[in-house]
Order: sequence, then structure tokens, then C-alpha cells
Amino acid sequence: MFYREAGDFKTSYTDDNQTFPIKFDRYRYYFVLFVAFCVIPFIVNDYWANAVLLPFLIYSIAAIGLNILVGYCGQVSLGTGGFMAVGAYAVYKLMTAFPEVNVFFHVLLAGGITAIVGVLFGLPSLRIKGFYLAVATLAAQFFLVWLFNKVPWFYNYSASGQISSPERTVFGYAVTGPHASAWTTYLFCLVFVTICAIIARNLTRGSVGRKWMAIRDMDIAAEIIGVDPLRSKLSAFAVSSFFIGVSGALFFSVYLGAVEVGEAFGINKSFLVLFMIIIGGLGSIFGSFAGAAFLVLLPVLLKNVLVSGLGWPTDLAAHLEFMIVGGLIITFLIAEPHGLAQLWRVAKEKLRLWPFPH
Amino acid sequence: MSENKNEGYVTADGRKIGGTLMEMKNITLRFGGVKAITDISFDIKEGEIRAIIGPNGAGKSSMLNVISGFYVPQEGEVWYKGARRPSMKPYEVARQGIARTFQNIALFEGMTVLDNVMTGRLNHMKANMAQQAIWKGAAEKEEVANREVVEKVIDFLEIQSIRKTPVARLPYGLKKRVELARALAAEPSLLLLDEPMAGMNVEEKEDMSRFILDVNDEFGTTIALIEHDMGVVMDLSDRVVVMDYGKKIGDGTPDEVRNNQDVIDAYLGVSHD
Repeated sequence: MFYREAGDFKTSYTDDNQTFPIKFDRYRYYFVLFVAFCVIPFIVNDYWANAVLLPFLIYSIAAIGLNILVGYCGQVSLGTGGFMAVGAYAVYKLMTAFPEVNVFFHVLLAGGITAIVGVLFGLPSLRIKGFYLAVATLAAQFFLVWLFNKVPWFYNYSASGQISSPERTVFGYAVTGPHASAWTTYLFCLVFVTICAIIARNLTRGSVGRKWMAIRDMDIAAEIIGVDPLRSKLSAFAVSSFFIGVSGALFFSVYLGAVEVGEAFGINKSFLVLFMIIIGGLGSIFGSFAGAAFLVLLPVLLKNVLVSGLGWPTDLAAHLEFMIVGGLIITFLIAEPHGLAQLWRVAKEKLRLWPFPH
Repeated sequence: MSENKNEGYVTADGRKIGGTLMEMKNITLRFGGVKAITDISFDIKEGEIRAIIGPNGAGKSSMLNVISGFYVPQEGEVWYKGARRPSMKPYEVARQGIARTFQNIALFEGMTVLDNVMTGRLNHMKANMAQQAIWKGAAEKEEVANREVVEKVIDFLEIQSIRKTPVARLPYGLKKRVELARALAAEPSLLLLDEPMAGMNVEEKEDMSRFILDVNDEFGTTIALIEHDMGVVMDLSDRVVVMDYGKKIGDGTPDEVRNNQDVIDAYLGVSHD
């Protein structure tokens, strides 16, 4: 009823190409941006930032990155945890080696370093696909975690083998280290999320994105119409690893502060991010956000309802939480195998006609 | 015909055909011990519609795959635009201006019709990764310019109404048309059609024939096609190559081919005694 595109005619290809072609969507997008940048920073507290917002934002970046590789280019990867570790250790080495440079650039550079590592581990994708490629990337996961454990240079020869992020400031406000306040860390991550989402959207709607999707849908036909499979697959690995590296850098420096590689960036992390994009929707930027929100928020919500709301013992609630989350994932996937993004699309189709379905 | 190879000719309906665009010289293609193509030579002249026909298993599709660079022949030379083509990857062949459609439709099922046709323009889009990440500026300008070309092709093939439909939802006949649109969007010098009318009913065949003739007429595109429907082939094409068991058994205008004894034998069978 209020969600109409009647009368909203496009008179140029530029208008037709925009991200949110429907006016209502566009206003909602501006509204979300406004709330995220201008309202939340003033009301956010430590609990909300650490339990909900930071993990949601950081996992969103990782999910967007993995979605570019798996959802858009069709190359299955189980190395996300390893690549996040590369981002984390890269930003750690940069922060300690060049303390005078702004941490913003450290995070970007860490993404760049991860992109290079991603391309190296993406090389097998030229010969193998599907499950076999997944296993090859699994090797990357284990190798990288082993490397960061075994070579002391990466953790600056610290006795514990851990890395911990020193305090760094942006415009005089601490964003990393123990004195960083909730709103600065939140805004710092939000800026990266916004940039990453816009870049991902721009890349996937242009010729690079079409090359990736062509490779995903039918690689032989893609080659016949002039797509160089080597370059497009490796570019997907590079862009994807860049985002994952940025998210790993933020995960370590802003969110956790101190990291033991096997624990923070183990194979569980790879699966978690993969589940996010499967539940959210492969090949959809919105789906990356939806999946990250689902898997970050649901456990928090359940814990609040079960422990605070119903007064159950914590250990019982923790076990039930796993079961409920697992059950919900299965239910969702049976109801809509293409993920939350598809559910959203269907809902929008329905809303467009509501309340007169014919 | 060998003495005036590089000269054109005038067709029965008065169209002028140019010089040689592509020439296959003594092509032999083997898969292990099986000879798919044996010592075949023929040429394709600029602006003509050239058909390759033959019974099942004659090696027609293999021939098309040799032209589009998908198979590399063990012997023989491919000459294109007056130069010998070195062995190259299929995507490099595509960049030289050769586009094709497939016998079994090879569209990108997860994308819309518009995106599928836009992939035909990939070789004309030059914006680099950084420009595309920023989008405003070079990438957007390029996108709009190429969209205009694509919209012309969409108008031409009358698929405006399904522009934003995912390809997976389309019926067979329309998919074939979208595939033709994708090949045309590349503005090829040579268009290869692998059984463009397979599995179509009479109306769809008539539509497709009209589109093929219009493409040739309006854009002057050289077309090489494989087809089983003899009526269609004889009506559409200017010259026909006939293959059987990997060998060339006839080459000439439809009338010449129709009266060739070898061709009649291949199609109707002959007693081997």
C-alpha cells in the first residue's frame, strides 16, 4: 500500500541502475545510515557495543568478503578463519612497527596484505573446484594458524605467544586498547562497514561482478564470451580476502584486544562465517548483514530471555541456546533455502501488492 | 573457387559478399585415436551466411569448437582477418571478435536477462577495479554507454518485457533468443550459431530465421551456423559445407549441394557392395 513503485518512472539508465530503485527503500536506507551514524553513538554503552554491535559489524565485513568469493564467484572457501588471522597479525605487526601512523591505515594495509595471501591460496582454484577447492582452502586455514603459532616473529617474541593491541587513537580518541570507549570503537568499525559495503555493491553491479557471476554460473561459457578465468577468480580471491583481512584486523585490535590464534581464528570461525552467508543468502550484500545479525544477535537474545527473563541457570541456558540456534537454522533453511535475503525479497513482493493482491 | 579465394561474389538475392574473413586450412582434429575432423579446408567470406551441415556425429560441432578456439586442432591452420591465428585461449579468441551460441543453452542462470546480455559487452568495458569500486565517474559512464548498446540489441530481438527476469524462469525458446542477444551484444565480426533452432516449433523457427537474416542484413555480421533443419539451412545460407564422418563431402551454394551425389548418399544412405 505505502510500498509502491507505480509512478516512480526511470528516465535514464543511471536512475535504473541505482542500488535502491524504489523511493521507499532509498529513504529507509538514508534513515538507517542516519540512525547508525548520528543516533547510536550517543546512546551506545559498553554492553551493547561489546555484546552486539561490534561483533555484528565486524562479522558483517567478513560475511561480505566471503560472500563475494562463494556467493558471487562460486569458489567455496573454508579458509576464512586463517585469512582473518592474517589480517589480525598484519595489523599487529604494523601497529607495533609503525606506531606513528594512523591505525586507520594500518587496518587498510592489513587488508591489502591479506589480499596478497588470499591470491596465493587462490591459485589452486584454477585447476580444482567445488569440494576439492574447499579442502585446499582448509589447508590454508590450518597452515596459517600453525604458522602464527610457530614463528615467534609474528607475535613479537612475547612470552605468552599471544598478541595484544596497543592503544592507538584517531583524532585524539582511543579506538584500541583498554581505554577505548564504546562509541569510538563502534564508529571506527561502522566507518569500515559502510566503506566495505559500498565498495562490494559497486564491484558486484559492474563488469567485474558480472565476470564473477559468469564464472559461478557456467565457467566454460564465461571463457567463451571472453572472461579470463585466471584473472577473475584471482580478483575475487583478492577482494574477498581484503574484506576478510579488514574484519580480522578489527576483530583483534578493536573488539578482542588480545588474541591467541588457535582460539580466535580456528576452523570454527571459518564455519561460522560460512553459515552466516548461507543463512543470510548467497550472492547478496543484504544477506551478508542479515546472516551476521542472525548468528550474532540470536544467542544474545536467547541468553537474555532464558537467563534474565525466565531465571534459568546459566549452564542449562547455554546448552539450550545451542540447540535452539541449531534448530532455527535448520528450520530457516528448509523454509527458504536461499536465505534471509530471499525471504526479504518475497516479503517485499507481497508488500508491493498489499492489501490488494490482484 | 581456389583461384579467386580473396574475392567476393554476389548472391542470388543481390547482396555483395566481401573477401575472406576466416579460412580453415587442412584442419585435422583427433581425440586420442578417434579422428573427429580429417583434413578439412573451407573459408568464410565477409558478410555471408555460411552453414555447416551433416548427419549426426559428422564433426560439425567440433568444427565450430575449433573456430571458437575451444579445441586446438593437431594439424592445419586457422587464418582470421588475413593473418594466421596462433594457438590461443578461448577468451582471447572472443576478444578478436568471434562470438557464439551453444547447442545446449549456456546462459548464466543466476543472473537476469539484462545482466546476461551485458556480459556480452565485457570485452568492451575497460574500467579498472579501483574505478569500479568508486563507481561514480568512469565506471558509471561506461556502464551507461554499454547499456545503450545492449538496449538496442534487446529492442532488436524483442525481449524488452523480460529484461529484468532471471534467466532460469524463461521458457526454452526465449532462452535461445537471450543467448543470441548476448552474442550480438559483443558486436562480433563473426557470429557462430550452434543449432539455433534445435527443439523449436515452427513459429519459433520462423522468428529465429527472421532474426538471423535481420542481423546479417542490418549489422552486416558474418554468420556461420550449424543446423539440422534442411529447409531452414537451404533458405538462409549463401554457401554450405557438408561434412560426413569428419570429412568434407560438399561445398557450395545450396543448389549445388542439393544436387551433389556424395551429399545425397550421405543423407539417404547408399549400399556398400
